[in-house]
Amino acid sequence: MLLQKRIGVISVPIHQYIPNSVPEIKKNMLEYLGVKDIEELFVDIPEMIKCKKRLRLPHPTPELQVRRNIEGLLSKNKNRNEMLTFLGAGCWPHYVPAVCDEINSRSEFLTAYTGDVYTDLGRYQALFEFQSMIGDLIAMDVVSFPTYDWATASGDATHMAVRITGRHEILVPKTMSPERLSVIKTYCQRLAEVKPINYDPITGQLDLKDLKKKISARTAAVYIENPTYLGFIETEGEEIGKIAHDNGALYIVGVEPLSLGLLTPPGEYGADIVCGEGQPLGIHMNFGGGLFSFLACRDDEQFVSVIPHRMITITSTEHEGEWGFAYTLPKRTMFAARERATTFTGTATVLWAITAAVYMSLLGPKGITELAEVIMQKAYYAMRRISEIDGVMAPIFKSPHFKEFTVNFGTDQTVSEVNKNLLKHGIQGGKDITKEFPQLGNTALYCVTEIHMKEDIDRLVAVLEDIVK
Amino acid sequence: MKNKGTTTYHAVRWREPIIYELGRKGRRGFMIPKVEPEIKAVARDAVLSIPDKMRRKTPPEWPELSEPEVVRHFIRLSQQTFGVDSGINVGVGTCTMKYNPKVNEALARSPGITGLHPLQDESTVQGILEIIYKLQEWLCEISGMDKFSFQPRGGAHAVFTNACIIRAFHKYNGELDQRDEIITTVVSHPCNAAAPASAGFKIVTLYPDEKTGCINVEALKAAVSKRTAGMMITNPYDTGIFDSNIIEYINIIHEAGGLVAIDQANANCLLGRVRIGDVGADLCHFNLHKSFSTPHGSCGPGSAPVGVKEEFAKFLPIPTVEFDGSKYYLDYDRPHSIGKVAEFHGVAQNVVRAYAWILTMGAEGLRETSEVAVLNNNYLLKKLLEIRGVSLPWGKSRPFRMQDVRLSLEKLKEETGIRIDDVNRRIVDFGVQRCFTSHEPWIVPEPFTPEPTESASKEDLDRFAEIFSRISTEAYTNPEKIKNAPHNCAISRVNLNPSSDPKKWAMTWRSYIKKHG
Repeated sequence: MLLQKRIGVISVPIHQYIPNSVPEIKKNMLEYLGVKDIEELFVDIPEMIKCKKRLRLPHPTPELQVRRNIEGLLSKNKNRNEMLTFLGAGCWPHYVPAVCDEINSRSEFLTAYTGDVYTDLGRYQALFEFQSMIGDLIAMDVVSFPTYDWATASGDATHMAVRITGRHEILVPKTMSPERLSVIKTYCQRLAEVKPINYDPITGQLDLKDLKKKISARTAAVYIENPTYLGFIETEGEEIGKIAHDNGALYIVGVEPLSLGLLTPPGEYGADIVCGEGQPLGIHMNFGGGLFSFLACRDDEQFVSVIPHRMITITSTEHEGEWGFAYTLPKRTMFAARERATTFTGTATVLWAITAAVYMSLLGPKGITELAEVIMQKAYYAMRRISEIDGVMAPIFKSPHFKEFTVNFGTDQTVSEVNKNLLKHGIQGGKDITKEFPQLGNTALYCVTEIHMKEDIDRLVAVLEDIVK
Repeated sequence: MKNKGTTTYHAVRWREPIIYELGRKGRRGFMIPKVEPEIKAVARDAVLSIPDKMRRKTPPEWPELSEPEVVRHFIRLSQQTFGVDSGINVGVGTCTMKYNPKVNEALARSPGITGLHPLQDESTVQGILEIIYKLQEWLCEISGMDKFSFQPRGGAHAVFTNACIIRAFHKYNGELDQRDEIITTVVSHPCNAAAPASAGFKIVTLYPDEKTGCINVEALKAAVSKRTAGMMITNPYDTGIFDSNIIEYINIIHEAGGLVAIDQANANCLLGRVRIGDVGADLCHFNLHKSFSTPHGSCGPGSAPVGVKEEFAKFLPIPTVEFDGSKYYLDYDRPHSIGKVAEFHGVAQNVVRAYAWILTMGAEGLRETSEVAVLNNNYLLKKLLEIRGVSLPWGKSRPFRMQDVRLSLEKLKEETGIRIDDVNRRIVDFGVQRCFTSHEPWIVPEPFTPEPTESASKEDLDRFAEIFSRISTEAYTNPEKIKNAPHNCAISRVNLNPSSDPKKWAMTWRSYIKKHG
C-alpha cells in the first residue's frame, strides 16, 4: 500500500490516491517542464511564509486502520436503532426506503458537481423532477435549486421580500423555531427588523389582532410556519395571508412537507414565497447533516429575478421529442452579478434533492396522504396516552397537531431530570424547551412518526409514569 | 496495441421520459405501515380535527409508479450524469474534482452517523463530537488558525459567516456604522463580493495588474480608509496565481483597522506548505468538498468550516464543540457569538469523510497532495500552451501556476470563430467533463480554467491535451463539426430561449403543462 521511496534526501510516500506520486513519473514530468526541483513550481509563494516543519498530524494510515479507528469512534454514539427517540424540532426520525440510499449512493450522482446538461443530463432532469414534485406538493409554479436548510431558506425568502417590496421589516410568529429565528436574524441584520407576533395562549394560533396592530407600510413580509415549531397546525393560513396582502406585504409560509399529505398547500392559501425542510423526504438525520430545503415563489418575473439560487427550466433540443434543460435567468445569481445579487448561493444540497425526488416518486399521491394520516394518528394516540399520566399535559395548546406536540410535566420535575431518567431506560425524550419558551413552564417538545410502533409509545408512557410518580 | 488507452465514447442516450410521463394510475412504490387497531380506535378521527379550510382537497398530482419503475428511471438518470468516477474531470477548475475515497463513503453511511439526531443527549453522541473536535484540531494545525466552526454548509455560506464575524467585531468595537466597506478582488470567487454584500457591506473591487496577476499594493493603499471593515479574497485566486503580496495586504488592512478573511477554496495546492494563520490572516475557511475529498454530491451537500484566530473565537456561530478533559460537549453560552448561520452542527457526514481522508493521507500525504496537484497543473498548462489557439494572457510574468490556471481561446476565436462555449460542447463528445470557463466578468476573453488535482494520472493529462489539440485542429479545418456539437452525448443542442422568457420558462411540470399544454 504505502511504499516509501527516496527522491534526493526526502522520503516521499507513493500514495494509493495519487497516480503520479511515483518518483519516475514525477521526474519525467519535471523534465518536460524544464524544472530540476519541484519546489521551483511554488515560486509564487514568498519563502518567508513557506511552512518548513512537518505538520503535527498522523502518519499516513492504511485503510484497515482508518476503518478501525473511525468505527471505534462511531460506536461511542447511540443511534436511533439502539435507542428509542422522540426528538424532532427541525430534524425528524422517519423511515428511509432502501431505494433512496441506493440512488444517492450511485457514484455518478455522488461524485458529479456542476457539469453542463450535455454531460449531466440526468442530474438536470432529476433536479427538474424535484422542483416539479415540490411544486405540486406546495401548489407553487416556481421552485428553485435546493439550499442548506429550512432556516437559511427562510432567510433567503426575507431577502427576496425586502427586495421586492423595498420595505424593511419582517413579522414572525412568537412560536417560531428559535433555531430558525436565530438564522433569520443573522441573515436580516442591517437589512430588516424582525418583529415577533403574539399567539393565543389557549390555542397557540397566531394572534390576528396583534398582527393587525403591528403590520404597517413598513412591513415587507409576514412569515408563518405550518405546522408550527410547537407542532400544531396554523389554521388561519388564508386569513393571515389576506392581512399581509391588504397591507401591501408579502406572505411567506414555511412548511414541513409530509404534513401536506393532509394540509392545504400554501399556494392555495395565498403564499407568495414558500420554503421548508426537505429532510423528511427520504434522508437520514445524519446528526443534522441530512437537512436541506426548498424555496419556491409565484411565477412572476419580479420574484424569479430575485431568487438567490440556480433554477432549472425544461426546454427542447434540436431533436424533436427530446427534453432539454437549462438554467433560468442565469445572469441573476451572484455568479454573474457578484455583489449586485445582494444574496449568495453556491454549493447546494442537490444529492438530497435527488433523493427527495426518489422518495416522492415512491410515495405517490396516495402514499403521502396515507403516511400523513398514519403519523397524525400515532401522534394523537401518544398525546392521549401521555395526558393520562397524572400531572402531565399533552399538548398544551388546543389546536390540531401533526407529528409534534408539547408535553408539560407540571412543576415537580424539570424536563432535564425527566430526560435523564428516560435515558436510563434507553429512551431519548423530547427536546427541552424550557429555556426557549419559559412561559410554557416545564415543557418538552415531543415527536412521533411512522417509525414509532404502539409498543414504543406504550413503553414511553409506562416509563414516564414511573418517573413522574 | 493501436489506440491503446483511448476510448470511442458515446454517452448513454435513453431519451428517458420525465417522471410525470411514466407510471399508471393505481400503481404504488411504497407500502405505508398500518396503524395498530388500538391506535386506530383512539385516533380514528384525528384527521377530522383539521378544519375544513386547512384540509387538503386533492393529493399532489404526482405520478404513480411501482418500485422497479422508480429504480430504473433514476438509475438511467444516474447513467446520464458524469461524475469524478465516470472519467476525466481535469477541465473543471476552481472545483477541485479529486477522487472521493470509497472507505470514507462506507464510514459516512454507517448507522453510527446516519441515525443520529442533532439534539440527542451529549452522552450519546460522544463519538461524533470527538471526530468534530479532532478534525477541528487538525484543521487548526493545517491552517495556523485557533478555532473552527463546522456550521457553514458551502463555501459561499462560509464567506457569509466570516462577513458576519467581521460585522460583529466592528459592532463590538462600536465602529460598525463607520466601517461599511469590504475590499475584494475581481479574481476572487464572486461569493467574496456577494456574501458580504448580503451581510450589509458595500463592496470595493480591485482589479489586479494584468502582467503579474496580483493587485497593486499602491491600489490597495488608495482603497483603504476609515470605512474599511475588512478584506475578503480568495488566495490563490481562481486564475491559479498565489498573490505574493499577501503579507503587505494584511499589514495595510490591519493598519487601517480592518480584518482579513481568506477564502481557501483553492487550498489544495497549499496543504502542508502555507499556514494562512501564520501569515497573519484573521479568518479563513476550507471547502471539505474540495481540498479534503468529500464528494460534491451533484452540487452539495458540501461543508465549509470557518477558522479564526483566538481573538475572534468569541464571535463564532453557536454552539462550538469543546472538550473538558473527560467528555466532549456543545457550548451555547457564548454571548458575543454571531448566533446561528444554519440549523444544528453542519454536515456531519462530511466531517467524518474529511477526518478519514486526513488520517489516510497523514502529514506526508497532504504535502504530496499539494505537490502533485501543482505538478499536474503545470504539466497540463505547458501541454495546452503548445496547442494552436490557446494562450495565457494574464499574469504573463509568472512562469507557473498553483492549483489551476485561467487560459484563453481568444486567438482560436479570432482565427476560426470557435468560442469556448463551442469547445465545451465538443469536448464532451470525447468522454471527458467540460471545462469551467470563468465567473463573470470575463477579464480573460474566451476563458477556460483547468484544474487536474492530484488525482489525475499522467495518461489522463496527456489524453486531455490530445483531445484539446484535436478540437483545435478541427476548429481550423472543420469548424461546423464543433458548432453543431455535441454529437456523442445524451442529447443534442439545447434551446436556451426559455431561460430568459417568462412566457416560456417552466421550472415545474405543472407550469410546463399550463404554458405549453
